Amino acid sequence: MNNPKIVMQAKNISKRYGQVTALDGADFELLDGEILAVIGDNGAGKSSLIKVLSGATIPDSGEIMLDGKTVHFHSPIDARRQGIETVYQDLAVAPAMTIAENLFLGREILRPGFLSKFFRLIDKKKMLQEANRHMQDLKIGIRSMQQSVETLSGGQRQGVAVARSAAFARHVIILDEPTAALGVKEGNMVLELIRNIRDKGLPVIIISHNMPHVFEIADRIHIQRLGRRAGVVDPKKVSMSDTVAVMTGAKQPADLGDGLLIA
Amino acid sequence: MTQPASIQPKKSFLERLPSLSILGPVVALVFMTAFFGFSTTTFFTSRNLSQILQQVMIVGVIGIGQTLVILTAGIDLSCGVVMAFGSIVMTKFAVEYGVPPILAIFAGIAATTLFGFINGILITRVKLPPFIVTLGMLNIATALTLIYSKSQTISGVPDALLFFGNTLKFGETQITYGVILMLALFTLTWFILSETAPGRHLYAVGNQPEAARLTGIPTDRVILVVYTVAGLIYGIAAWLLVSRYTVGNPNAGQTENLESITAVVLGGTSLFGGRGMIFGTLLGAIIIGVLASGFIQMGIPSTYQLLITGALVILAVATDQFTKRKS
Repeated sequence: MNNPKIVMQAKNISKRYGQVTALDGADFELLDGEILAVIGDNGAGKSSLIKVLSGATIPDSGEIMLDGKTVHFHSPIDARRQGIETVYQDLAVAPAMTIAENLFLGREILRPGFLSKFFRLIDKKKMLQEANRHMQDLKIGIRSMQQSVETLSGGQRQGVAVARSAAFARHVIILDEPTAALGVKEGNMVLELIRNIRDKGLPVIIISHNMPHVFEIADRIHIQRLGRRAGVVDPKKVSMSDTVAVMTGAKQPADLGDGLLIA
Repeated sequence: MTQPASIQPKKSFLERLPSLSILGPVVALVFMTAFFGFSTTTFFTSRNLSQILQQVMIVGVIGIGQTLVILTAGIDLSCGVVMAFGSIVMTKFAVEYGVPPILAIFAGIAATTLFGFINGILITRVKLPPFIVTLGMLNIATALTLIYSKSQTISGVPDALLFFGNTLKFGETQITYGVILMLALFTLTWFILSETAPGRHLYAVGNQPEAARLTGIPTDRVILVVYTVAGLIYGIAAWLLVSRYTVGNPNAGQTENLESITAVVLGGTSLFGGRGMIFGTLLGAIIIGVLASGFIQMGIPSTYQLLITGALVILAVATDQFTKRKS
C-alpha cells in the first residue's frame, strides 16, 4: 500500500468543560478508503472527539483539516455542507414516514421548473426511483421504499439511516455505535453495509464498544485514552486483548511492536 | 463471504393501520347517517343537510389550523376564542369605526394571526409547553373579547362581512360560499402537506423532532410558522362566523375550542404528532355536525350528544395509543 492520502485530520484538539478536560491535545487522521474505528473507555474523550469532527462541538483549540485545507465547523450543518455525514445512535429516522421520505428528509428532490422550485413541490416519483437505485446500490434488500420506517426491523432502520448518509456524504461518514442494540444477524447486516460503503470509496469513521465488530470491520483502530490519542493499531497484527489493554492503560502503546501504526 | 446485507421486510399489520385510522371514522359516519336517516323523516332533507354543512363549516375551518398544530405534537386550546376575538375586531372596525369592510376583515385576520404568532414565539423561543401557552391564551383572548366588546353584541354588519353566508343553489340544496371556501381550504392544505417540502417537514417535526433537526430542518421555525398560520386560519373562520350569525358575538367560540380538537382526533390524527390526514379532520367535523343534527331531529337532548362525542373521542385516542404502542 503506497501511502494513501489523508482525507481528514485533526491536530492538537483541546476541549474543556469547566474543570473537566474532555480532549487534551488529541490528534486524529482518517485515510482515504478506510474504515477507521475509534475506541476508548468511558471518559476517554471518544464522543467529544467525534462531536468535534462532526461539527456538534466547537473545540477550544486545535485545527481540523479536510483534504489538506483547514475548516471551521460551527454546527453539524456546516460539517454536512463540507460533505461529512454523521449517523447518530438513535433518533436518526422519522418512524411514521416512508423510507424514501426519510432518505431525502430535509433534502427533498424538487420538481423541475421555476414555480415548482418556488413552492417547493417535491418530486415523489423521482425520490422513489432514486431511493430504489441507491438502496440496491448498497445491496440493502428492502422491497418497497413506500413502507414506513416503523415497519422495519432495528437493523433495517439503521440501514436506512446509514444509507441516507452514504447518499449525501462526499468526504466522510461518521457512525456512532451503529451496531449497538442489534441482534447478531442484524449487526452483521449493518457491518456488511459499512463495508459496501467503504468499497465505494467513501472513508468511514465508526465509534463502537463492540470489540469483535471493531476487529471484524476496521482497517485501522484509533485508541483514545485520557483525552488524547494513545495510538493507532493494525487489527491484523495486534490482538484484541492487547488493544483493550492499551485502551485501559494496562499496557503501553510501545509494547505493541510493529502492530502500532502511529504512537 | 459474509451474508449479503439483505433480509426480507417484515410483513406487518402496522402497514395497513394508516388506512384503518381513516376507515374507522368513515364507518362511524356511514353508520350514524344511516341510523338517523331511518329513525327520522327530516334528516335526509336538503334543508337539513345544508344546515349540517353550515354547522360543520366553522369547526372544519378551525380544525384545519388545529390539525396543523396537532401534527407538530402541539395543541391549541385557544382557537375558538381567538376566532371570536377576530370576529369582534372585524365587526367593531366596520360598524363602529366605519373602516371599509375589506380593511376591517384584514384587521380581524391580522389580530388572530398575531395571537398565533405569540403562541408560536412562547412555544419555540421561551420553550413553554403548548398546552400551557394556549390555555393561558384561552383566558386572555376570552377576557380581551369581552373587554373590547364591552360584552355587547355588534349588529348592523355590512354586507362584505356576510359574503360567505350567501348561497349557491344545487337543485333544492343550498350551499353557502363559506362551505365552498372550507372545502377549498382543506384541499389547499392537503396539497401543501402532501406535495411540498415544508409540508413533509411538518410531519417530520411532529414525528421525530430530533431526527428532523439533525437533517437540517429548522424545527423551531416550522413550529412558529404553524402556529402563526393557524392564527390566520382562525381569522378566516372569524369571517365565516360573522357571515353565519350576521353579528359580532362576544360569547362565540366557546364550544369550538374543544370541538375542533374532537374533530381532529375523530379524524384519526395522532395527538402524539406526525401522523394524520387533513381530510380526516373534515370527516371528524362532519361526524360532530351529523350527531348534533341527528339528535335534534330525534328530539334527544343535546346533553346526550356530548356524551356520545366524549365516548367517541376516548375511543379514537385509545386507537391512537394502541397504534403507537405497537410501533
